[in-house]
Amino acid sequence: MDIVSFFIQCLNSIQYGLLLFLVASGLTLIFGIMGVINLAHGSFYMLGAYLAFTLAGLTGSLLTAIPLGIVLAVAFGYVLEWAFFSYLYQREHLQQVLMTYGLILVFEEMRSILVGDDVHGVTVPPFLDWALPIGNEMTYPVYRLFISAVCLLVAAAMYVVIRRTRLGMMIRAGATNREMVQSLGINVTVLYRFVFALGVALAVLAGMIAAPVSSVYPGMGGQVLIVCFVVVVIGGIGSVKGALVASLLLGFVDTFGKVFWQEASGVLVYLLMALILLWKPQGLFKAG
Amino acid sequence: MPGDINALEGAPRLRAGAAPWRGGLGWLALFALLAALPLLLGEQGQRFYIELLSKVMIMAIFALSLQLLIGYAGLVSLGHAAYFAVAAYATAMLAPQAGPGNGWLLLLGALAAAAALALVVGALVLRTRGVYFIMVTLAFAQMVFFVFHDTRIAGGSDGTYIYFRPEFDLLGARPFDVNDVAHFYWLVLGALVLTVAGLALVLRSRFGHALVGIRHNEQRMRAAGYATYRYQLGAFVVAGTFAGLAGYLYAIQYGFVNPEIASWHQSGNAMLMVILGGAGSLAGAVLGAFSFVLLAEWFSTLTRHWQLLMGGFIIVAVALLPHGLVSLARVLALPRARRGQGESR
Repeated sequence: MDIVSFFIQCLNSIQYGLLLFLVASGLTLIFGIMGVINLAHGSFYMLGAYLAFTLAGLTGSLLTAIPLGIVLAVAFGYVLEWAFFSYLYQREHLQQVLMTYGLILVFEEMRSILVGDDVHGVTVPPFLDWALPIGNEMTYPVYRLFISAVCLLVAAAMYVVIRRTRLGMMIRAGATNREMVQSLGINVTVLYRFVFALGVALAVLAGMIAAPVSSVYPGMGGQVLIVCFVVVVIGGIGSVKGALVASLLLGFVDTFGKVFWQEASGVLVYLLMALILLWKPQGLFKAG
Repeated sequence: MPGDINALEGAPRLRAGAAPWRGGLGWLALFALLAALPLLLGEQGQRFYIELLSKVMIMAIFALSLQLLIGYAGLVSLGHAAYFAVAAYATAMLAPQAGPGNGWLLLLGALAAAAALALVVGALVLRTRGVYFIMVTLAFAQMVFFVFHDTRIAGGSDGTYIYFRPEFDLLGARPFDVNDVAHFYWLVLGALVLTVAGLALVLRSRFGHALVGIRHNEQRMRAAGYATYRYQLGAFVVAGTFAGLAGYLYAIQYGFVNPEIASWHQSGNAMLMVILGGAGSLAGAVLGAFSFVLLAEWFSTLTRHWQLLMGGFIIVAVALLPHGLVSLARVLALPRARRGQGESR
């Protein structure tokens, strides 16, 4: 492998890893703070991709579809938490698993009824639809760089919010000790609702910007879900920093695994998770 | 040996032991009904329903084996399909290509393969707890899936066939022939009876009580002198072996194995059956398997979008019956005033 294709594979790894981070960070927040195992999180990713397809069709461009979709996602997350998830907090983990699995089935069938079972494509906005020459022969699509840039921006924004604001302080405290936060007079109900809506919006955003690259197809949520759980667990439940490190690690292992060792590429991710958890049974980072 | 663990605070109320006669009679009635079904159904509708019920009972064995881990040992495994699949693959790979194999020997090979895998995986995964345990068991199951899927072992992603159903000779005679749908059904029913009886015995033994004690308070059990790791590993191997029994029967019924049976969907389905039926009850696992498979079958005849009905059913069931379908009779029987009290655990 020469230096140019190595560089390109690195870019691919980072892009895939950062995209995973968008979905997984929402999952780890919901998991770490509210203690809900949300199997339906992959459905939000799928929802994002289908929103991108539908809204881009209506408005004519992906770039107008994205802010619109985020607003819809926040509203949807807010209502869903109020109507459904707020009842799950007192339930045992096993019951949460079963109920959110029921939700997956409902979401998938709603998707099938509303949009159908066809595979769709989403067009890249024209000014991002070109390729950057790398070296003498290779090129790299600019849209993939755009994905990485958006993810990095969101990650930076999350870092600022979580580390530097009062809200972030509450979120971190909530991940460590829920009861204590409540006893300090913080309205946990609203905090939970906000964090949940944020998590949904992150997954929807990931689905929307990934749509042109991955295309839009039924069952895309389930695939992402398992990988994101791997990320969350490797990084340490509730840790956003851990999710970032773990998703980049996974991005590199998966991408380079496919390049160097095609037959074993599927196993590698899980082998990595098993090794890390046997070495550190609580994941790489503590919550917060 | 340490003292009576029932003296421990929060000692388990094993439902199997709570009303042994009534529970035993219930099982007896169920098994008798199932045994009589092929005769009652007659030749006409027989084939479809008998094959469907064979499938349901195989899944019930699978769910029962997982129930030991989830409901009693408190070890939530999301990788149980690995043992099911390894046994099924062992059956397919050990079966001779040219003619029918010896069913008993194949059974031995299948169970040994499942038990060996469970021993190795269990020894590693039991270092973790809680959600991390769920994910590490999933990780190992996924590795098994990819070994069957991405390598050339037994046909790779296409799977492989068992060309001849095995023969079951007993003392020189051949009491049943699994090529006959009803005979195979009775074989599966026999395996189900053995599984229920075996697990009930395990749960009644000192070993079973220790497992439940460990779920309630591991520190305390360790302080009481129990080597908790060994007990849990024992449970893991027993559960894996019974899952292997289900996988073995599956391989014989369909005469075909492919990597899908090792996928996380298969593990997830078993877990759903256990939770839906009711964690912590053998009857719950059986009820969960029956309702899950039969409802899916029924809903899919009603509409193309049957998963909507299934999802709605699951959500309503968990909302109204937090302790699973098996608690339905109990919830209905409780006077309204005592309901809240009786349900809190």
